[in-house]
Amino acid sequence: MLKTQELQINIGPQHPSTHGVFRLVVTVDGETIVDLKPVFGYLHRNHEQLAEVSTYIQMMPFTDRLDYFNSMANNFGLAIAVEKLAGIEVPQRANYIRVLMAELTRILNHAAAVAFMINDMGAWQTPLAFGMREREKILDLFEMASGARMMCNYFRFGGIVRDLPPDFMPLLNDLMKALPTFFDETERLLRENEILLLRSEGVGILPKEVAASYSVTGPVLRASGVPYDVRKAEPYSVYNELDFDVPIGSVGDIYDRFLVRIEEMRQSYRIVQQVIERLPDTTGGHINPAMASIGKQKALKPPVGDVYGRVETPKGELGFYIVSDGSARPYRYKVRAPSFINLTPIGDMCRGHKVADVVVILGSIDIVLGEVDR
Amino acid sequence: MPDISSAELKERFTRDLPGVVAPERPKVQPAHNGHDSTPPAKGKKHEEGPPDLLATNDVVVLAERIPEVAVYIRDTLGFEFLTDLTAVDYLADGVIELVYRFLHLEGGAPLALKTRVPRERAVVPSITPFWPGADLQEREAFDLYGVDFPGHPNLKRVYMWDEFEGFPMRKDFPKQGDKYLGDGEE
Repeated sequence: MLKTQELQINIGPQHPSTHGVFRLVVTVDGETIVDLKPVFGYLHRNHEQLAEVSTYIQMMPFTDRLDYFNSMANNFGLAIAVEKLAGIEVPQRANYIRVLMAELTRILNHAAAVAFMINDMGAWQTPLAFGMREREKILDLFEMASGARMMCNYFRFGGIVRDLPPDFMPLLNDLMKALPTFFDETERLLRENEILLLRSEGVGILPKEVAASYSVTGPVLRASGVPYDVRKAEPYSVYNELDFDVPIGSVGDIYDRFLVRIEEMRQSYRIVQQVIERLPDTTGGHINPAMASIGKQKALKPPVGDVYGRVETPKGELGFYIVSDGSARPYRYKVRAPSFINLTPIGDMCRGHKVADVVVILGSIDIVLGEVDR
Repeated sequence: MPDISSAELKERFTRDLPGVVAPERPKVQPAHNGHDSTPPAKGKKHEEGPPDLLATNDVVVLAERIPEVAVYIRDTLGFEFLTDLTAVDYLADGVIELVYRFLHLEGGAPLALKTRVPRERAVVPSITPFWPGADLQEREAFDLYGVDFPGHPNLKRVYMWDEFEGFPMRKDFPKQGDKYLGDGEE
């Protein structure tokens, strides 16, 4: 008599579609997923323990290595948390430049995330090149401002390391002219491509109620129809002065995550426009004078206590929980990494789909292993 | 929904869940803070006594009643979102503290809830059955701090490999020269 047997296979750790060194233990019945468990930690370097032996400012470059696509956003998170703990004021101009960088980061992350997702579907390299082209232009701006393309290390407690160079604004304005075309192009590429629609509509659904209970954040949560964004929920920096919307999806499938990311790029574009308008009239320098030298940054000793500071990075809510014992080094430093927690429901999202869909679902969550493994 | 302050939360707990709030800690005398056995690392600091790191404004509840409290926070107080779950090792006081952080999706500051367990018997019932979002975060606390979460469906190491011995984020884990790194200086 014939019988069938479930089979357990490993996707990864070395696999081009896992976005790093990451393993999915998949139980399959034929081509259908019965169960799926993520296994990670291959890139674990105990980021949190490094903090316990480093001064606060020494952690700033380390945060670049968390989500290495969005170093500016990670810097922002650490700066917000430590400033809250130590009670450091940030000048208005520094705040606007921070927001400018954070929103450019969001555009570059989503450009790459959407491009990689299409790449995962099998549209090999060409759409990826479109996304990367825009990303490169933003990285040029980052290089101009911070001196580095990816590991920017641009933020300091109380402001930013240096003001924008004179050539920055003209280049940014050029970019702003090019970006709307890119958004429209990307959206058309998706909406009019039958293969993409077939692969993404109704696949990897995360319903609204389930999404919230799984603690996912960022575009994954918003695509499920929950309008939760830290920039609106607990506004930090100058986000309460800026006008933008939080796009949400309706179904919570891959297609919605796609559209939410594209719409978020447009909203970030709106924010950048407003920042460009207001930047010339802002007051204050690029950093709080009380913190303006590296010596002062190094000597920072926040008072005893704990703090949870959070920002909305392109991947979701990035939180820093810091316990200070009054010394120059944090007693405890914990990162609430959005990529890590967004992986919680991946088993549920993949169950019942085909093996080829797993790759796309993983792509639509948009993880970065630097942040997952820390 | 309005934010709820720690004092208010404590009041609600006393009213609706009697006995859930942990008793006040006795005032710790600096000399008996567990530091006397070890030589002072920073001489000047020690004279003043180490800072009392466990002093907090947040509500501290009993560890064994965490699931009850978590359900109460979800169903009665209407919090929809567990954002963060963290363990902190307070070596000098001999406790591991767990910090839970809940949110309203409409906005507002997160609500912090703490619980403390002795380091040698770090057992906290899992809240994963009620808050599925705690899954990976409880596994992380188990992996790095050795906190046991009875009731968790799949309590396995998440970063370190399964055969790894010890809990690397504990304050007394050797920073150098453990069996995995070979002979270093202790």
